[in-house]
Amino acid sequence: MALAVVKSATTMMSPDKPRPMVSIDSVTMSFGTFIAVQNVNLTVADGEFLAIVGPTGCGKSTILNAIAGLLKPASGTVSIDGAPVHGVQNNIGYLFQQDALLPWKTALENVELGPMFKGTGANERREQSMKWLAKVGLKGFEQRYPHQLSGGQRKRVQMAQALITGPKVILMDEPFSALDIHTRHLMQNELLALWQEERRAVVMITHDLEEAIALGDRVVVLAAGPCSHVIDSFPVDLARPRDVSEIKLDPRFMDLYRNIWSSLRGEVEKSYERHD
Amino acid sequence: MNAMTERMIQLGLLVVIVGGWQLGVEAGVIDVFFFPAPFDIMKQIVAWIIDPGFYRHVSITLTETVLGYVIGTALGVAAGVWLGLSRGAYRILDPFIKALNAIPRVVLAPIFVLWLGLGLWSKVALSVTLVFFITFFNAMQGVREVNPVVLANARILGAKRSSLLTHVYFPAAASWILSSLRTSVGFAVVGAIIGEYLGASAGLGYLIAQAEGNFDAVGVFAGIMILAMFVLIIDRILDIAEARLIKWSPHSTESRAT
Repeated sequence: MALAVVKSATTMMSPDKPRPMVSIDSVTMSFGTFIAVQNVNLTVADGEFLAIVGPTGCGKSTILNAIAGLLKPASGTVSIDGAPVHGVQNNIGYLFQQDALLPWKTALENVELGPMFKGTGANERREQSMKWLAKVGLKGFEQRYPHQLSGGQRKRVQMAQALITGPKVILMDEPFSALDIHTRHLMQNELLALWQEERRAVVMITHDLEEAIALGDRVVVLAAGPCSHVIDSFPVDLARPRDVSEIKLDPRFMDLYRNIWSSLRGEVEKSYERHD
Repeated sequence: MNAMTERMIQLGLLVVIVGGWQLGVEAGVIDVFFFPAPFDIMKQIVAWIIDPGFYRHVSITLTETVLGYVIGTALGVAAGVWLGLSRGAYRILDPFIKALNAIPRVVLAPIFVLWLGLGLWSKVALSVTLVFFITFFNAMQGVREVNPVVLANARILGAKRSSLLTHVYFPAAASWILSSLRTSVGFAVVGAIIGEYLGASAGLGYLIAQAEGNFDAVGVFAGIMILAMFVLIIDRILDIAEARLIKWSPHSTESRAT
């Protein structure tokens, strides 16, 4: 079983079939002779929250970078809302695992970057940014520099920064993995609340299966690298709105966890064998 | 140990060294021909400071230093940012830059005098050659060490090349450049002084050279003291400038390792 074509639209919860927002068609990503991911097919519907899980080093991030246009696939095509991806995309929001804020700009100036680069007037973008900072719970922290904020607060600023431009697709690369467990749950809930307000297509990479199930509409499992590919796709039919810390006690959550883990487990073991 | 005690120890050290030196001179152990009495040096410094003619020398050296500093820094930052961004250009120019940097700058002084005359500009040129490379290497390093994630984030947010320069590359390089500015200010002074020392009609270097010509050790030591104060004052000004420019850094006061 080398690859599985994943149909996504059927797993959506809304009754009418939404249009595909991100399409990845037989994409292979390679660095020189090293093939990170091979022949990946994925479709993310508009408003769908897709979580991708896989063992470490399986090339999860390269898929995100291909969608963002930061990396060019060796073969295959990626398109966002029907338009093929060439070069860095500006209609997406990217939440990085690491700190991606400009350390020489205040929280407010960081959030303003997107509108500023797009040519929004100074007053308007200030107003928007103040609003967004308040939305992520950072009212009163506008003039702080990133080093004066905690890890969770910096993540909030990054969230505001990525969402203020109203992106068509939100990409997340293990966004909360550096946070402590309580802050992580808090942030996950806030993220869900923000997303619920205005549903966008989301592609989230994580190695935390609980996080994937608690947040996603669908969980895709990638094989151990190199030459990683999609091996399974599980719809998550848990009701929304969800509470991340409580949903874990739901028996349906546990069933899903068991199912997906049985698929993921083999890959994790393989990846350990290769790395040890 | 609190700051007060540290200050007292520093003061004590100064008193012991200078006092010991003075006592040694008075006891006849130290030969004033080679090591003039601190008291005489102080007298010479005071005599200069109250002499209006002395400030002509100071202002000339200051002008040379500032010009060499500003021109060298501007060229260094421009070249550093350019070569930091363009790997291709760097690979081509790298051996030439290394070769130029390998030249001991002092030997260039007579050539600059030949080209530019005995006036101001030969000293400025020498200063520039010293300052340029320090700033250049630091600016290049600063541009190269920009966090790739921060860069990717800015590009996704819609930054074009010019915005990347002003919002990402220059600020990232700024702390490196600023730390190099403190090192290079000393070199700017060195350039100016060596230039004057080798051939000039005014300036602090000329004063020292003249004192040396007369075997006037008091004058030489006094000149050295004046120069040290000169650099300390400029350094202090940079300190203030740095604190104003880089207020975002968590250790803007201690991150000046070069």
